[in-house]
Amino acid sequence: MDYYTQWKALISSGEDVTFWQEFYVKFYQAFIEADRWKQYLGGVGTTLVVTAMALVIGIILGVLVAMLRTAHDQQLPGHRNPLLGVLNAICSVYTTVIRGTPMMVQLLIMGMVIFASSRNFTAVGALTLGINSGAYVSEIIRGGLMSLDPGQAEAGRSLGLGYLDTMRYIVIPQAFKAVLPALSNEFIILLKDTSLITYIGGKELLYAAQGIYSRTYEAMFPLIGTALIYLAMVMVLTWLQGKLERRLRESDRR
Amino acid sequence: MIVVKDLHKRFGDNEVLNGISEHIQVGEKVVIIGPSGSGKSTFLRCLNLLEMPTSGEIIFDGVSMTDPKTNINQMRQKMGMVFQHFNLFNNLTVMKNMTLAPVRLKLMSKQEAEENAMVLLRRVGLADKAGAYPSQLSGGQKQRIAIVRALAMKPKVMLFDEPTSALDPEMVGEVLEVMKELADDGMTMVVVTHEMGFAREVATRVLFMDGGGILEQGTPEQIFSNPQEERTKLFLSKVL
Repeated sequence: MDYYTQWKALISSGEDVTFWQEFYVKFYQAFIEADRWKQYLGGVGTTLVVTAMALVIGIILGVLVAMLRTAHDQQLPGHRNPLLGVLNAICSVYTTVIRGTPMMVQLLIMGMVIFASSRNFTAVGALTLGINSGAYVSEIIRGGLMSLDPGQAEAGRSLGLGYLDTMRYIVIPQAFKAVLPALSNEFIILLKDTSLITYIGGKELLYAAQGIYSRTYEAMFPLIGTALIYLAMVMVLTWLQGKLERRLRESDRR
Repeated sequence: MIVVKDLHKRFGDNEVLNGISEHIQVGEKVVIIGPSGSGKSTFLRCLNLLEMPTSGEIIFDGVSMTDPKTNINQMRQKMGMVFQHFNLFNNLTVMKNMTLAPVRLKLMSKQEAEENAMVLLRRVGLADKAGAYPSQLSGGQKQRIAIVRALAMKPKVMLFDEPTSALDPEMVGEVLEVMKELADDGMTMVVVTHEMGFAREVATRVLFMDGGGILEQGTPEQIFSNPQEERTKLFLSKVL
Protein backbone atom coordinates (compact mmCIF):
# COMPACT_ATOMS: atom_id res chain seq x y z
CA MET A 1 0.00 0.00 0.00
CA ASP A 2 1.39 3.43 -0.91
CA TYR A 3 1.85 6.34 1.49
CA TYR A 4 -1.11 8.25 0.09
CA THR A 5 -3.75 5.67 0.94
CA GLN A 6 -1.98 4.86 4.24
CA TRP A 7 -1.78 8.45 5.47
CA LYS A 8 -5.19 9.40 4.11
CA ALA A 9 -6.69 6.60 6.20
CA LEU A 10 -4.83 7.94 9.23
CA ILE A 11 -6.21 11.46 8.66
CA SER A 12 -9.78 10.31 8.12
CA SER A 13 -9.67 8.19 11.26
CA GLY A 14 -8.73 11.33 13.19
CA GLU A 15 -5.22 10.30 14.16
CA ASP A 16 -2.38 12.73 14.61
CA VAL A 17 -0.20 13.08 11.52
CA THR A 18 2.86 15.24 10.91
CA PHE A 19 2.64 18.42 8.85
CA TRP A 20 4.52 16.79 6.02
CA GLN A 21 2.28 13.77 5.94
CA GLU A 22 -0.77 16.01 5.64
CA PHE A 23 0.97 18.14 3.01
CA TYR A 24 1.79 15.07 0.97
CA VAL A 25 -1.76 13.77 1.10
CA LYS A 26 -3.29 17.07 0.08
CA PHE A 27 -0.75 17.66 -2.65
CA TYR A 28 -1.28 14.19 -4.01
CA GLN A 29 -5.02 14.69 -3.94
CA ALA A 30 -4.85 18.02 -5.73
CA PHE A 31 -2.39 17.19 -8.45
CA ILE A 32 -1.60 13.51 -8.83
CA GLU A 33 -4.60 11.40 -7.94
CA ALA A 34 -6.63 10.44 -11.03
CA ASP A 35 -4.02 12.19 -13.17
CA ARG A 36 -5.43 15.58 -12.17
CA TRP A 37 -2.30 17.39 -13.36
CA LYS A 38 -3.58 16.73 -16.84
CA GLN A 39 -6.60 18.92 -16.10
CA TYR A 40 -4.34 21.80 -15.06
CA LEU A 41 -2.27 21.29 -18.15
CA GLY A 42 -5.38 21.37 -20.30
CA GLY A 43 -6.42 24.54 -18.49
CA VAL A 44 -3.05 26.13 -19.17
CA GLY A 45 -3.45 25.21 -22.82
CA THR A 46 -6.83 26.92 -23.01
CA THR A 47 -5.50 29.94 -21.13
CA LEU A 48 -2.66 30.32 -23.61
CA VAL A 49 -4.88 29.82 -26.64
CA VAL A 50 -7.44 32.35 -25.37
CA THR A 51 -4.69 34.82 -24.50
CA ALA A 52 -3.10 34.47 -27.93
CA MET A 53 -6.41 34.86 -29.76
CA ALA A 54 -7.48 37.81 -27.63
CA LEU A 55 -4.04 39.37 -28.08
CA VAL A 56 -4.31 39.23 -31.86
CA ILE A 57 -7.86 40.60 -31.85
CA GLY A 58 -6.88 43.27 -29.33
CA ILE A 59 -3.83 44.44 -31.27
CA ILE A 60 -5.65 44.56 -34.61
CA LEU A 61 -8.60 46.44 -33.12
CA GLY A 62 -6.36 48.67 -31.02
CA VAL A 63 -4.04 49.68 -33.86
CA LEU A 64 -6.97 50.25 -36.20
CA VAL A 65 -8.89 52.40 -33.73
CA ALA A 66 -5.79 54.32 -32.66
CA MET A 67 -4.83 55.09 -36.27
CA LEU A 68 -8.34 56.14 -37.24
CA ARG A 69 -8.66 58.44 -34.27
CA THR A 70 -5.20 59.92 -34.77
CA ALA A 71 -5.84 60.39 -38.50
CA HIS A 72 -9.10 62.11 -37.64
CA ASP A 73 -7.44 64.41 -35.11
CA GLN A 74 -4.57 65.28 -37.43
CA GLN A 75 -6.66 66.41 -40.38
CA LEU A 76 -5.89 69.84 -41.67
CA PRO A 77 -8.61 72.35 -40.89
CA GLY A 78 -10.89 72.80 -43.87
CA HIS A 79 -9.94 69.39 -45.29
CA ARG A 80 -12.02 67.13 -43.07
CA ASN A 81 -13.05 63.78 -44.44
CA PRO A 82 -16.69 63.02 -43.52
CA LEU A 83 -16.13 59.23 -43.62
CA LEU A 84 -13.31 59.61 -41.11
CA GLY A 85 -15.68 61.61 -38.91
CA VAL A 86 -18.21 58.76 -38.85
CA LEU A 87 -15.52 56.14 -38.18
CA ASN A 88 -14.08 58.29 -35.41
CA ALA A 89 -17.51 58.52 -33.78
CA ILE A 90 -17.89 54.73 -33.91
CA CYS A 91 -14.44 54.25 -32.39
CA SER A 92 -15.23 56.75 -29.70
CA VAL A 93 -18.44 54.89 -28.73
CA TYR A 94 -16.50 51.61 -28.72
CA THR A 95 -13.82 52.78 -26.30
CA THR A 96 -16.35 54.53 -24.10
CA VAL A 97 -18.65 51.50 -23.77
CA ILE A 98 -15.88 48.94 -23.35
CA ARG A 99 -13.87 50.96 -20.85
CA GLY A 100 -17.02 52.02 -19.05
CA THR A 101 -18.40 48.58 -18.22
CA PRO A 102 -16.86 45.77 -16.15
CA MET A 103 -15.08 42.97 -17.97
CA MET A 104 -17.16 40.43 -16.06
CA VAL A 105 -20.43 41.98 -17.20
CA GLN A 106 -19.21 42.06 -20.80
CA LEU A 107 -18.32 38.38 -20.58
CA LEU A 108 -21.72 37.43 -19.18
CA ILE A 109 -23.55 39.49 -21.82
CA MET A 110 -21.51 37.88 -24.59
CA GLY A 111 -21.78 34.36 -23.17
CA MET A 112 -25.37 34.37 -21.97
CA VAL A 113 -27.13 36.90 -24.20
CA ILE A 114 -25.43 37.45 -27.54
CA PHE A 115 -23.92 34.00 -27.98
CA ALA A 116 -26.29 32.19 -25.61
CA SER A 117 -26.74 29.29 -28.03
CA SER A 118 -23.02 28.81 -28.66
CA ARG A 119 -21.23 25.96 -26.92
CA ASN A 120 -17.81 27.18 -27.97
CA PHE A 121 -17.06 29.00 -24.72
CA THR A 122 -13.40 29.34 -25.46
CA ALA A 123 -14.00 31.23 -28.68
CA VAL A 124 -16.65 33.47 -27.12
CA GLY A 125 -14.28 34.18 -24.23
CA ALA A 126 -11.38 34.97 -26.54
CA LEU A 127 -13.56 37.27 -28.65
CA THR A 128 -14.84 39.14 -25.60
CA LEU A 129 -11.37 39.53 -24.10
CA GLY A 130 -10.02 40.66 -27.47
CA ILE A 131 -12.70 43.30 -27.90
CA ASN A 132 -12.12 44.44 -24.34
CA SER A 133 -8.37 44.56 -24.71
CA GLY A 134 -8.61 46.44 -28.02
CA ALA A 135 -10.17 49.45 -26.31
CA TYR A 136 -7.27 49.74 -23.87
CA VAL A 137 -4.62 48.94 -26.47
CA SER A 138 -6.02 51.65 -28.75
CA GLU A 139 -5.61 54.29 -26.06
CA ILE A 140 -2.09 53.10 -25.24
CA ILE A 141 -1.09 53.25 -28.91
CA ARG A 142 -2.82 56.59 -29.42
CA GLY A 143 -0.76 57.93 -26.54
CA GLY A 144 2.39 56.62 -28.20
CA LEU A 145 1.49 58.15 -31.55
CA MET A 146 0.80 61.51 -29.94
CA SER A 147 3.95 61.48 -27.83
CA LEU A 148 6.20 61.28 -30.86
CA ASP A 149 7.78 64.52 -32.10
CA PRO A 150 5.53 65.72 -34.97
CA GLY A 151 8.74 66.59 -36.82
CA GLN A 152 9.28 62.90 -37.54
CA ALA A 153 6.04 62.64 -39.48
CA GLU A 154 6.61 66.04 -41.10
CA ALA A 155 9.98 64.91 -42.38
CA GLY A 156 8.37 61.82 -43.88
CA ARG A 157 5.63 63.81 -45.54
CA SER A 158 8.07 66.44 -46.80
CA LEU A 159 9.89 63.70 -48.70
CA GLY A 160 6.65 62.84 -50.46
CA LEU A 161 5.78 59.74 -48.44
CA GLY A 162 2.04 59.27 -47.94
CA TYR A 163 0.28 59.25 -44.59
CA LEU A 164 0.17 55.46 -44.35
CA ASP A 165 3.81 54.96 -45.39
CA THR A 166 4.91 57.58 -42.89
CA MET A 167 2.92 55.81 -40.19
CA ARG A 168 4.20 52.37 -41.12
CA TYR A 169 7.91 53.06 -41.49
CA ILE A 170 8.52 56.00 -39.18
CA VAL A 171 5.83 56.76 -36.63
CA ILE A 172 4.53 53.33 -35.57
CA PRO A 173 7.95 51.69 -35.03
CA GLN A 174 9.00 54.54 -32.77
CA ALA A 175 5.66 54.77 -31.00
CA PHE A 176 5.68 51.01 -30.43
CA LYS A 177 9.02 51.21 -28.66
CA ALA A 178 7.73 53.99 -26.44
CA VAL A 179 4.57 52.15 -25.40
CA LEU A 180 6.04 48.67 -25.02
CA PRO A 181 6.03 48.75 -21.19
CA ALA A 182 2.40 49.92 -21.11
CA LEU A 183 1.47 47.37 -23.74
CA SER A 184 3.14 44.55 -21.78
CA ASN A 185 1.17 45.64 -18.77
CA GLU A 186 -2.03 45.28 -20.77
CA PHE A 187 -1.03 41.82 -22.00
CA ILE A 188 -0.25 40.64 -18.49
CA ILE A 189 -3.70 41.79 -17.40
CA LEU A 190 -5.18 40.02 -20.41
CA LEU A 191 -3.44 36.75 -19.54
CA LYS A 192 -4.78 36.87 -16.01
CA ASP A 193 -8.26 37.97 -17.06
CA THR A 194 -8.66 34.75 -19.01
CA SER A 195 -9.51 33.25 -15.62
CA LEU A 196 -12.84 35.09 -15.87
CA ILE A 197 -14.05 32.98 -18.79
CA THR A 198 -14.53 30.22 -16.23
CA TYR A 199 -17.80 31.96 -15.44
CA ILE A 200 -19.22 31.43 -18.91
CA GLY A 201 -18.02 27.83 -18.97
CA GLY A 202 -14.62 28.24 -20.59
CA LYS A 203 -12.45 25.26 -19.59
CA GLU A 204 -9.57 27.37 -18.48
CA LEU A 205 -6.96 26.89 -15.72
CA LEU A 206 -9.16 28.22 -12.91
CA TYR A 207 -12.04 26.07 -14.21
CA ALA A 208 -9.87 22.99 -13.77
CA ALA A 209 -8.94 24.01 -10.23
CA GLN A 210 -12.56 24.62 -9.31
CA GLY A 211 -13.59 21.25 -10.69
CA ILE A 212 -10.92 19.57 -8.60
CA TYR A 213 -11.61 21.23 -5.26
CA SER A 214 -15.35 20.75 -5.61
CA ARG A 215 -14.52 17.04 -5.76
CA THR A 216 -11.87 16.85 -3.03
CA TYR A 217 -13.28 19.53 -0.68
CA GLU A 218 -9.79 20.86 -0.33
CA ALA A 219 -9.37 24.26 -2.01
CA MET A 220 -5.98 25.46 -0.82
CA PHE A 221 -3.73 23.33 -2.98
CA PRO A 222 -5.60 23.70 -6.28
CA LEU A 223 -5.91 27.47 -5.81
CA ILE A 224 -2.34 28.09 -4.67
CA GLY A 225 -1.19 25.84 -7.49
CA THR A 226 -3.25 27.84 -9.97
CA ALA A 227 -1.81 31.09 -8.65
CA LEU A 228 1.74 29.77 -9.01
CA ILE A 229 1.10 28.64 -12.58
CA TYR A 230 -0.24 32.10 -13.49
CA LEU A 231 2.76 33.69 -11.82
CA ALA A 232 5.11 31.50 -13.83
CA MET A 233 3.36 32.39 -17.09
CA VAL A 234 3.50 36.12 -16.34
CA MET A 235 7.18 35.85 -15.46
CA VAL A 236 7.87 34.24 -18.83
CA LEU A 237 5.95 37.07 -20.50
CA THR A 238 7.94 39.69 -18.58
CA TRP A 239 11.17 38.00 -19.58
CA LEU A 240 10.11 38.11 -23.23
CA GLN A 241 9.25 41.79 -22.86
CA GLY A 242 12.74 42.51 -21.54
CA LYS A 243 14.30 40.70 -24.49
CA LEU A 244 12.16 42.60 -26.99
CA GLU A 245 12.97 45.93 -25.34
CA ARG A 246 16.69 45.27 -25.59
CA ARG A 247 16.32 44.48 -29.27
CA LEU A 248 14.33 47.63 -29.95
CA ARG A 249 16.90 49.73 -28.11
CA GLU A 250 19.40 49.01 -30.85
CA SER A 251 18.82 52.40 -32.47
CA ASP A 252 19.52 54.16 -29.14
CA ARG A 253 23.08 52.99 -28.78
CA ARG A 254 25.59 55.79 -28.74
CA MET B 1 9.22 78.20 -60.41
CA ILE B 2 7.20 79.01 -57.31
CA VAL B 3 4.42 81.57 -57.56
CA VAL B 4 2.65 82.66 -54.38
CA LYS B 5 -0.58 84.62 -54.75
CA ASP B 6 -2.13 86.51 -51.85
CA LEU B 7 -1.22 83.90 -49.24
CA HIS B 8 -3.08 84.12 -45.94
CA LYS B 9 -2.59 81.89 -42.93
CA ARG B 10 -4.56 82.11 -39.75
CA PHE B 11 -4.23 80.05 -36.56
CA GLY B 12 -7.55 80.69 -34.84
CA ASP B 13 -7.78 84.44 -34.39
CA ASN B 14 -4.09 84.92 -34.97
CA GLU B 15 -3.32 86.06 -38.50
CA VAL B 16 0.23 84.86 -39.16
CA LEU B 17 0.48 85.67 -42.86
CA ASN B 18 -1.55 88.51 -44.27
CA GLY B 19 -1.46 88.32 -48.02
CA ILE B 20 1.96 87.45 -49.42
CA SER B 21 2.55 87.46 -53.15
CA GLU B 22 5.94 86.40 -54.45
CA HIS B 23 7.70 84.88 -57.44
CA ILE B 24 10.70 82.63 -56.99
CA GLN B 25 12.61 81.95 -60.21
CA VAL B 26 14.65 78.88 -61.12
CA GLY B 27 18.17 79.10 -59.70
CA GLU B 28 17.36 81.87 -57.24
CA LYS B 29 18.67 81.71 -53.68
CA VAL B 30 16.08 83.53 -51.65
CA VAL B 31 16.98 84.19 -48.04
CA ILE B 32 14.19 85.19 -45.68
CA ILE B 33 15.14 87.16 -42.57
CA GLY B 34 13.11 88.90 -39.93
CA PRO B 35 12.26 88.96 -36.23
CA SER B 36 10.77 85.88 -34.59
CA GLY B 37 7.01 85.66 -34.95
CA SER B 38 7.12 87.48 -38.27
CA GLY B 39 5.80 84.44 -40.13
CA LYS B 40 9.03 83.38 -41.88
CA SER B 41 8.78 79.71 -40.98
CA THR B 42 5.04 79.57 -41.57
CA PHE B 43 5.57 81.07 -45.02
CA LEU B 44 8.20 78.46 -45.83
CA ARG B 45 6.06 75.61 -44.49
CA CYS B 46 3.14 76.81 -46.60
CA LEU B 47 5.24 76.38 -49.73
CA ASN B 48 5.14 72.57 -49.45
CA LEU B 49 1.81 72.60 -47.64
CA LEU B 50 3.11 71.37 -44.29
CA GLU B 51 0.89 74.23 -43.20
CA MET B 52 -2.35 74.53 -45.10
CA PRO B 53 -2.87 78.14 -46.20
CA THR B 54 -6.14 79.68 -45.07
CA SER B 55 -6.50 81.30 -48.47
CA GLY B 56 -4.42 82.18 -51.49
CA GLU B 57 -2.69 80.08 -54.09
CA ILE B 58 0.73 78.46 -54.44
CA ILE B 59 1.85 77.32 -57.87
CA PHE B 60 4.93 75.14 -58.09
CA ASP B 61 6.33 74.04 -61.41
CA GLY B 62 3.14 75.13 -63.14
CA VAL B 63 0.86 73.09 -60.85
CA SER B 64 -1.38 74.60 -58.21
CA MET B 65 -0.36 73.11 -54.84
CA THR B 66 -3.49 74.45 -53.16
CA ASP B 67 -5.87 72.81 -55.62
CA PRO B 68 -7.52 69.92 -53.69
CA LYS B 69 -7.19 67.71 -56.78
CA THR B 70 -3.40 68.03 -56.83
CA ASN B 71 -1.44 65.03 -55.58
CA ILE B 72 0.49 66.75 -52.83
CA ASN B 73 2.77 63.77 -52.16
CA GLN B 74 3.95 63.80 -55.75
CA MET B 75 4.62 67.55 -55.63
CA ARG B 76 6.53 67.26 -52.36
CA GLN B 77 8.92 64.75 -53.94
CA LYS B 78 10.33 67.67 -55.93
CA MET B 79 10.65 69.99 -52.93
CA GLY B 80 13.34 69.06 -50.45
CA MET B 81 12.97 70.38 -46.93
CA VAL B 82 15.49 70.75 -44.13
CA PHE B 83 14.24 71.39 -40.62
CA GLN B 84 15.62 73.26 -37.65
CA HIS B 85 15.61 70.10 -35.54
CA PHE B 86 16.94 67.84 -38.32
CA ASN B 87 14.08 65.35 -37.96
CA LEU B 88 16.14 62.37 -39.02
CA PHE B 89 14.16 59.17 -38.57
CA ASN B 90 15.49 57.97 -35.24
CA ASN B 91 14.52 54.35 -35.80
CA LEU B 92 16.47 54.03 -39.05
CA THR B 93 20.14 54.07 -39.96
CA VAL B 94 21.56 56.92 -42.00
CA MET B 95 21.43 54.76 -45.11
CA LYS B 96 17.78 53.81 -44.51
CA ASN B 97 16.96 57.45 -43.80
CA MET B 98 18.24 58.33 -47.24
CA THR B 99 16.83 55.41 -49.22
CA LEU B 100 13.39 54.92 -47.62
CA ALA B 101 11.54 57.54 -49.65
CA PRO B 102 13.16 57.03 -53.09
CA VAL B 103 12.75 53.25 -52.88
CA ARG B 104 9.29 53.28 -51.35
CA LEU B 105 8.06 55.79 -53.94
CA LYS B 106 9.59 53.63 -56.68
CA LEU B 107 11.82 56.38 -58.02
CA MET B 108 14.88 54.16 -57.76
CA SER B 109 15.71 50.53 -57.13
CA LYS B 110 17.22 49.74 -53.73
CA GLN B 111 20.66 49.39 -55.26
CA GLU B 112 20.43 52.64 -57.21
CA ALA B 113 19.21 54.47 -54.13
CA GLU B 114 22.08 53.10 -52.03
CA GLU B 115 24.67 54.05 -54.62
CA ASN B 116 23.14 57.50 -54.91
CA ALA B 117 23.15 57.84 -51.13
CA MET B 118 26.82 56.87 -50.91
CA VAL B 119 27.75 59.49 -53.51
CA LEU B 120 25.91 62.13 -51.52
CA LEU B 121 27.39 60.98 -48.21
CA ARG B 122 30.88 61.18 -49.67
CA ARG B 123 30.13 64.68 -50.85
CA VAL B 124 29.45 65.80 -47.28
CA GLY B 125 32.27 63.67 -45.86
CA LEU B 126 30.05 61.28 -43.93
CA ALA B 127 30.39 58.08 -45.94
CA ASP B 128 31.61 56.26 -42.83
CA LYS B 129 28.31 57.02 -41.05
CA ALA B 130 26.07 55.11 -43.45
CA GLY B 131 25.37 52.39 -40.88
CA ALA B 132 25.05 54.70 -37.89
CA TYR B 133 21.84 55.66 -36.16
CA PRO B 134 20.95 59.36 -35.75
CA SER B 135 21.54 59.18 -31.98
CA GLN B 136 25.21 58.45 -32.67
CA LEU B 137 25.75 61.65 -34.67
CA SER B 138 26.58 65.21 -33.67
CA GLY B 139 24.16 68.01 -34.50
CA GLY B 140 26.20 69.18 -37.45
CA GLN B 141 26.45 65.67 -38.80
CA LYS B 142 22.71 65.19 -38.41
CA GLN B 143 21.95 68.33 -40.33
CA ARG B 144 24.36 67.44 -43.14
CA ILE B 145 22.64 64.04 -43.37
CA ALA B 146 19.23 65.75 -43.36
CA ILE B 147 20.35 67.88 -46.30
CA VAL B 148 21.57 64.94 -48.35
CA ARG B 149 18.48 62.95 -47.40
CA ALA B 150 16.41 65.65 -49.08
CA LEU B 151 18.85 65.74 -52.01
CA ALA B 152 18.50 61.98 -52.48
CA MET B 153 15.04 62.68 -53.90
CA LYS B 154 16.66 64.89 -56.59
CA PRO B 155 14.42 67.83 -55.78
CA LYS B 156 14.02 70.94 -57.94
CA VAL B 157 13.98 73.29 -54.99
CA MET B 158 15.31 73.09 -51.44
CA LEU B 159 13.55 74.71 -48.50
CA PHE B 160 15.61 75.40 -45.37
CA ASP B 161 13.82 76.22 -42.12
CA GLU B 162 16.44 77.76 -39.80
CA PRO B 163 18.89 74.92 -40.51
CA THR B 164 21.60 76.16 -38.14
CA SER B 165 19.52 77.53 -35.26
CA ALA B 166 19.65 74.36 -33.18
CA LEU B 167 23.38 73.77 -33.68
CA ASP B 168 26.34 74.38 -31.42
CA PRO B 169 28.22 77.43 -32.75
CA GLU B 170 31.15 75.22 -33.71
CA MET B 171 28.99 73.17 -36.05
CA VAL B 172 27.25 75.98 -37.89
CA GLY B 173 30.14 76.36 -40.33
CA GLU B 174 30.11 72.80 -41.62
CA VAL B 175 26.38 72.99 -42.41
CA LEU B 176 26.63 76.38 -44.11
CA GLU B 177 29.52 75.03 -46.15
CA VAL B 178 27.31 72.27 -47.54
CA MET B 179 24.59 74.79 -48.30
CA LYS B 180 27.04 77.06 -50.12
CA GLU B 181 28.22 74.20 -52.28
CA LEU B 182 24.63 73.41 -53.07
CA ALA B 183 24.04 77.03 -54.05
CA ASP B 184 27.11 76.99 -56.27
CA ASP B 185 25.72 73.92 -58.02
CA GLY B 186 22.76 76.01 -59.11
CA MET B 187 20.07 74.61 -56.79
CA THR B 188 17.02 76.82 -56.30
CA MET B 189 16.91 77.55 -52.58
CA VAL B 190 14.59 79.25 -50.13
CA VAL B 191 16.29 79.72 -46.78
CA VAL B 192 14.91 81.04 -43.52
CA THR B 193 17.91 81.92 -41.38
CA HIS B 194 19.51 84.21 -38.85
CA GLU B 195 22.94 83.76 -40.43
CA MET B 196 23.40 87.19 -41.95
CA GLY B 197 26.85 86.30 -43.25
CA PHE B 198 25.37 83.46 -45.23
CA ALA B 199 22.59 85.69 -46.54
CA ARG B 200 25.11 88.30 -47.69
CA GLU B 201 27.33 85.79 -49.39
CA VAL B 202 24.88 83.38 -51.00
CA ALA B 203 21.55 85.11 -51.47
CA THR B 204 20.48 86.45 -54.83
CA ARG B 205 17.57 88.11 -53.07
CA VAL B 206 16.82 88.86 -49.44
CA LEU B 207 13.25 89.15 -48.10
CA PHE B 208 12.71 90.98 -44.84
CA MET B 209 9.51 89.82 -43.17
CA ASP B 210 7.66 91.48 -40.33
CA GLY B 211 4.12 91.16 -39.00
CA GLY B 212 3.07 88.48 -41.46
CA GLY B 213 4.14 90.20 -44.64
CA ILE B 214 7.21 91.01 -46.71
CA LEU B 215 8.19 94.48 -45.63
CA GLU B 216 11.17 94.96 -47.85
CA GLN B 217 13.22 93.00 -50.35
CA GLY B 218 16.22 93.38 -52.58
CA THR B 219 19.74 92.23 -53.23
CA PRO B 220 21.90 91.58 -50.15
CA GLU B 221 23.71 94.90 -50.78
CA GLN B 222 20.45 96.83 -50.85
CA ILE B 223 19.08 95.22 -47.70
CA PHE B 224 22.23 95.12 -45.61
CA SER B 225 23.92 98.34 -46.72
CA ASN B 226 21.00 100.55 -47.57
CA PRO B 227 17.75 99.40 -45.94
CA GLN B 228 14.79 101.67 -46.60
CA GLU B 229 12.35 100.75 -43.84
CA GLU B 230 12.84 101.79 -40.21
CA ARG B 231 11.90 98.30 -39.01
CA THR B 232 14.54 96.72 -41.23
CA LYS B 233 17.19 99.14 -39.95
CA LEU B 234 16.24 98.41 -36.35
CA PHE B 235 16.34 94.65 -36.91
CA LEU B 236 19.69 94.75 -38.71
CA SER B 237 21.21 97.02 -36.08
CA LYS B 238 20.44 94.34 -33.51
CA VAL B 239 21.64 91.29 -35.41
CA LEU B 240 24.67 92.59 -37.30
